[in-house]
Amino acid sequence: MNPVIINLWYVVAAALFIFGLKQLGSPATAVRGNILSSLAMVIAIAVTLFNKEILSFQLILIAAAVGAVIGAIAAQKVEMTSMPEMVALFNGSGGIASLMVGWAALYSTGNTTFTDVTILLSIVIGGMTFSGSILAWGKLSEVMTSAAVVFGAQRFVNAAILLALIACSVMFCMAPAVDSPYLYAVIGLALLIGVMAVLPIGGADMPVVISLLNSYSGLAACAAGFAINNNILIVAGSMVGAAGIILTNIMCKAMNRSLGHVLFSGFGAVKQATKVEGEVKPIVAEDAFLILEAAQSVSFVPGYGMAVAQAQHVVRELGELLEKNGAEVTYAIHPVAGRMPGHMNVLLAEANVPYDQLVEMEDINPRIDNVDVAVVIGANDVVNPSARNDENSPIYGMPIINVDQARTVFVLKRSMGSGFSGVDNPLFFGDNTRMLFGDAKQSIAAVVAEFKG
Amino acid sequence: MEAVFLAMVLMLSIFLGFELISKVPATLHTPLMSGANAISGITIVGALISAGGESDAMSSYLGAAAVMFAMINVAGGYLVTNRMLSMFKKKDTTQPGGKA
Repeated sequence: MNPVIINLWYVVAAALFIFGLKQLGSPATAVRGNILSSLAMVIAIAVTLFNKEILSFQLILIAAAVGAVIGAIAAQKVEMTSMPEMVALFNGSGGIASLMVGWAALYSTGNTTFTDVTILLSIVIGGMTFSGSILAWGKLSEVMTSAAVVFGAQRFVNAAILLALIACSVMFCMAPAVDSPYLYAVIGLALLIGVMAVLPIGGADMPVVISLLNSYSGLAACAAGFAINNNILIVAGSMVGAAGIILTNIMCKAMNRSLGHVLFSGFGAVKQATKVEGEVKPIVAEDAFLILEAAQSVSFVPGYGMAVAQAQHVVRELGELLEKNGAEVTYAIHPVAGRMPGHMNVLLAEANVPYDQLVEMEDINPRIDNVDVAVVIGANDVVNPSARNDENSPIYGMPIINVDQARTVFVLKRSMGSGFSGVDNPLFFGDNTRMLFGDAKQSIAAVVAEFKG
Repeated sequence: MEAVFLAMVLMLSIFLGFELISKVPATLHTPLMSGANAISGITIVGALISAGGESDAMSSYLGAAAVMFAMINVAGGYLVTNRMLSMFKKKDTTQPGGKA
């Protein structure tokens, strides 16, 4: 096919990508948006096969079939609670693909220096995305420790790696060749940097990292687009890059931390927060039921603990019972609850909670004092009032859901341990707080049983 | 001139991307992320061209491996996004007392 016609089809694909992303903006049209976007991908792939540089199809067919089968099986099998890990893995495979595209582009003749630089960029960004995503997967699936791994000379080591990477890249660009030792050095160092970048990031900061890696995978595709002079890679890649950056930004704001702070400092409770003293007031399912039965408005505040306990289905059941009982039920979701942006929303949607009951932090906070019962399920830092009023707290300044201002708060918790940040939570000692100890799923199930019985 | 033209395309699409995505509500952030992730598999277009060329065996093998990885990203990403999105339902479409 004539290259001009191929490029015209790329324009069509770009338009469909844009339209698809636009429709992803509302739950009502999102399914269609995703289908449009996949249609764009099919068009882009199909017309590329008509490129006259493609002479043999055997390898392509085998590779594409294998990839499609692996992807499809993984997408079918994955549990909604493990979605962050899955996205990390997909992300990593996109990253390594961009690395290889860049590498393969080195074999074509007549590359200008500009092309060589963009090839290196796609190798470096792709490599970082790959190794960073694999490490993020390791942390999320708890194959390795999910805590921040910090050691003394970390910044120094990282700076040294970065300098070495830049030096090797410059050396390579001065004498580009496919067998240049600098090429291997660049690939190795890029992989190393991805690992080093994710290592000091702890479990609760994962939403930021996942968003950032997502952005990198787009930028890697974008760089590959420059390397092979292809518009559609640049358009699609940069939109993904923008999406990732926006989400990263939202996540950072929701934690009141700068991106630099998340990336480079781990999360040490450096400042000694004011020690919280007081008595917790435990409650049993029976009494919880009596209070809930009388409530006019109930708001559930889920956190990562809900995902761990797989409590979303029983929570929805309780929500439905409360609604039948005449209460107004909402699910208040903090932007960084869970391990990736929107993680809680997907879990609740899976449990058949209608999306109009999912409310954001900014919407619930102004009317929180009209909420009769706020039920905190496996969340801790995102409802910690010391973020609001204790200047010594490490999480001071982070926007939280002000559940302590609701008339009554139930906190479902395994034991009295502190949250990820290791900060004491004065909420547990509040006058209006009742602690429902035990596994979240069992606790809620017990309340549901009271309702039914 | 080619590079300048591509840079222009880059600049415009970044702005467009920001405009489009900043309107997505928090509820849809996970599907947005996995959907965007699938789009980043567009690198498959470059992979196909390398894999199908016959200039150098190494380049073809690298391309083929890239096709496979990008395809995992594309197929998996779109399917899982679709799976997630089809779970988002509005109130009146859920039947009360239907599924336990």
